[in-house]
Amino acid sequence: MAVAFDEMNIPGGDLRPAYQELARWLEETPPEALEYRRQEAELLFRRIGITFAVYGDSESTERLIPFDVIPRIMSGKEWARLEKGLKQRVRALNMFLRDIYHGRDILRAEIVPDDLIFQNPVFRPEMNSQQVPHDVYVHIAGIDIVRVDAEDFIVLEDNARTPSGVSYMLENREIMMRLFPDLFARHKVAPVERYPDELLAALRSVAPLSASSEPTVALLTPGVYNSAYYEHSFLADKLGIELVEGRDLIVKNNEVFMRTTEGLKRVDVIYRRVDDDFLDPLTFRPDSVLGVPGLMSAYAAGNITLANAVGTGIADDKAIYSYMPDIVKFYLGEEPILKNVPTWRCREPKDLAYVLDNLGDLVVKEVHGSGGYGMLIGPAATKATIEAFRDKLKREPEGFIAQPTLALSTCPTCTASGLAPRHVDLRPFVLTGSKSTTIVPGGLTRVALKEGSLVVNSSQGGGTKDTWILDE
Amino acid sequence: MLSRTAENLYWLARYVERAEYLARTIDATLRVTALPAAYIGKTNEWDSALLTAGVAASFYQTYEEANEHNVVDYLSFSPNNPSSIRNCIEAARLNSRSVRTALTSEMWDTINSAWIELQAVWSKGTSTREDLAKFLRFVQETSLRFDGSAYRTMLRNDAYWFSRMGVHLERADNTARILDVKYHVLLPEEEHVGGPLDFYQWSSILRSVSALTAYHWVYRETLKPWLIADLLILNDTLPRSLASCYGNLVRNLDQIGVAYGRQGPAQRHARGIRNRLEHSNMNDIFQHGVHEFIQEFIADNSRLGEIVTKQYLI
Repeated sequence: MAVAFDEMNIPGGDLRPAYQELARWLEETPPEALEYRRQEAELLFRRIGITFAVYGDSESTERLIPFDVIPRIMSGKEWARLEKGLKQRVRALNMFLRDIYHGRDILRAEIVPDDLIFQNPVFRPEMNSQQVPHDVYVHIAGIDIVRVDAEDFIVLEDNARTPSGVSYMLENREIMMRLFPDLFARHKVAPVERYPDELLAALRSVAPLSASSEPTVALLTPGVYNSAYYEHSFLADKLGIELVEGRDLIVKNNEVFMRTTEGLKRVDVIYRRVDDDFLDPLTFRPDSVLGVPGLMSAYAAGNITLANAVGTGIADDKAIYSYMPDIVKFYLGEEPILKNVPTWRCREPKDLAYVLDNLGDLVVKEVHGSGGYGMLIGPAATKATIEAFRDKLKREPEGFIAQPTLALSTCPTCTASGLAPRHVDLRPFVLTGSKSTTIVPGGLTRVALKEGSLVVNSSQGGGTKDTWILDE
Repeated sequence: MLSRTAENLYWLARYVERAEYLARTIDATLRVTALPAAYIGKTNEWDSALLTAGVAASFYQTYEEANEHNVVDYLSFSPNNPSSIRNCIEAARLNSRSVRTALTSEMWDTINSAWIELQAVWSKGTSTREDLAKFLRFVQETSLRFDGSAYRTMLRNDAYWFSRMGVHLERADNTARILDVKYHVLLPEEEHVGGPLDFYQWSSILRSVSALTAYHWVYRETLKPWLIADLLILNDTLPRSLASCYGNLVRNLDQIGVAYGRQGPAQRHARGIRNRLEHSNMNDIFQHGVHEFIQEFIADNSRLGEIVTKQYLI
C-alpha cells in the first residue's frame, strides 16, 4: 500500500500552508493542556447527551463518539473545488432518480443495466411516474469523501437516503469554540452555524402546491431508541420544528396531520429519518409501527413532501456507485469533478475472477451493506477470514463490489503516545431546495483512532474531528 | 404542541415528584424506626411506607418480610418495582430524551446529570446508612433543582402548564396517600394526650411532606392530629396540601383553556374538586369520615388524570 497523504506535513519537513498556524499553536501548548481539554470535551458531550446507540451491544446502550480536539483544516481553494464537485454530483443524482422513475432514458441508452434497477430491493415501483414536488428527490445528501493526494477528492460513497452526522459537525464546532477560543482567534474559519437555517429554507421551498404560504415542516424520527435519536432531537430543536413519531401523525382525506393538544394540525413537509421500508405499513412493511398508515397515498396525492423522497436508495446503492461517472456525463454532459474509487463489479465474470485472485489486496463490500459491517478488508484479514469470504462471494457474486485499499489521507490526532497521524474521511452535507443547491463549508470528519486502521465508522471505534475551511 | 410532547412533560414532572416523595417517605420512616421499640409500638413502619407508596401488593410477591433492608431496596433500587426511585429516574430521563426540544437546557441537564450520577448507585447500591442518606438527599435535591429550573427557565406557555399539572396531580396523590395510610393516628379523641408514639408518628407524617416547620408557623401549637389533617387537607398556604394542589391545578387548566380558547371536562372536574375542598371544614370531614373523604379524593384525583389525558394527551 502506498504511503498515505499527510494533510499537515509535506514530506521533507515543510508544513502545508493551512496548518502553519495550528502547528505554531501546538508548539506553544503543553500536552497536558490538550489532554485536559479533551477530558473537558468528553464531559460536555456526555452532559449534553450527544450519544449514539450501537445495535447488538448489550453492555452500554448509549455511547459517546470519541472526539479528537485537533481540527482538520482545509484551505478555501481546496474547498471551492470540492464544493463544485459535490454540487455536480448531487445534481446528477437528482436527475438520475427523476429519470429512473419516469422516462428511463439512461436505461434505453444502456448506460446502466436494467436488472441493476429492477431487481434491486431498494427500487420502489410505487414511485413510478409519481410527481415529486419540484422534482427534488435528494434534499439532503451526505457524500463521503476521501483524499489520497493533494489534488483529488474521491467519493467513497453517496448517501442519498437518510444521511446522519450533521449534528456532530455543528456540536463539534460549538465545543471547539468553547474550549479553544484562542485557537479560533488565530484562524479565519468559515462558519457552519447557518446549516439549520439553510436546511429549513430548503425544506420549506419544496412544500407541495396544496400547502399554505407558511408550510409546516416536521421531523419524523423512529423514536428515542434509534441510534441517531440525539441528532433528530437536536435538529428539530435548531430548526424550530416538531419532532414527531409515526404515532403522532394521522392521514385523513389524503392529507397528513399531527395530533396536538389543540386538535389536528396539517403537516406539509416531512424531513423523515425513517427508512422507506418503515414509512407506511399499508404500502411497505405491514409490521412497521414506526410509520404512518396512508402516508404513501397522501404522498401520491401530492399533499405532502417527503425529504428525502421515497426510493432514493437506488441512487446510492453500491452497485450503482460504479456507474456514477457515466451518470454525471450522461445528464450533465460534463466530466465529473470528483473521482470514483475504481470498482470491480463482482456480478461481471471478468471482474469477479480478478477479485477472487486478489482478495488479499482488496476491500470487498456488500452492495446493500452500510456502517462498515459485512465488509472484507483484505490486507488486514486473516487467511481463514479471506477463505470464508471467498465462499460467500462465489455463492452470491452480484451482492458484492470490490475496491483497492486506499491509502486514506491522515491528519494529526491525539493518541496515548502524543500527536500522531491517523486516517480520516469527510462527509459534507449537500442541501437541495426548489431553487438552489447549497453546502455549508465543512462537514463531518471521521477519524480511525487505531493506528493503521482505515475504518472510520463510529460503530467500529472511529472518532470525529471539527473540520475547518479557511475563509481566504 | 404535540399531544405526545404534552404527555411526556406531564409524566416527566410526575416521575420527578414521585421520586422525591419516595425519598422523603424513606427518610421519615428511617427516623421513626431509629427510635427505641417502646416508642414505635406494634405498627410496622416499613409496611406503612409500602402502603403509602401504593406498592405493598407487588412487594409481597417478591419479599416475605417488610423490614428496612427489603423495603429500602424495593422502593429505591428495585428494577422490578415500576415506581421505585430508580425507575422514576429512568423514566424521567427517557421522557426527557423524547421531549428534549420542549425542555430548557437547564432542565435537561438536571435530569441527565442525575441519571449519570446515579448509574454508580444502581450498580453498587448503598452499603451504609450514610450512603443511603446521601442518596436520598441527592434525589430530593434533584427534584428541587428540576423544579427550580422549570420555574426559572421555561416559557410560560402550555408546555409549562402541562408540566406543572403533572407536579400538582402527583403531589395531591402523594399527600392523600399518606393521609389514607395514617388516618387512624389522626382520629380525634377527646382530650387527646399524645404519647411519645403518637408524637413521632405525627411528626413523621409532616416530615414526609416537608411540613413540620410549617405546622409550627401556622398553628403555633404542639402537634395535634386534628390540626395536622387540617394543614394537609385544607390549608392552601401549604404547597403540599390538597387545597393548594387543586388551587394550582385549576389555575393551570384555566391558563391552558384561555390559550386554546376553549374549556372542557378537565376544567370542570378540577373546579368541582377545588370547590369541595374550599367549602369543607375539618368538622364535616371527621363527621363524614376522614378515611372515606380521602378515598373519594384519591379516586377523584386519578379521574382528573384520566380526563386530562383524554382531553389533551392522546
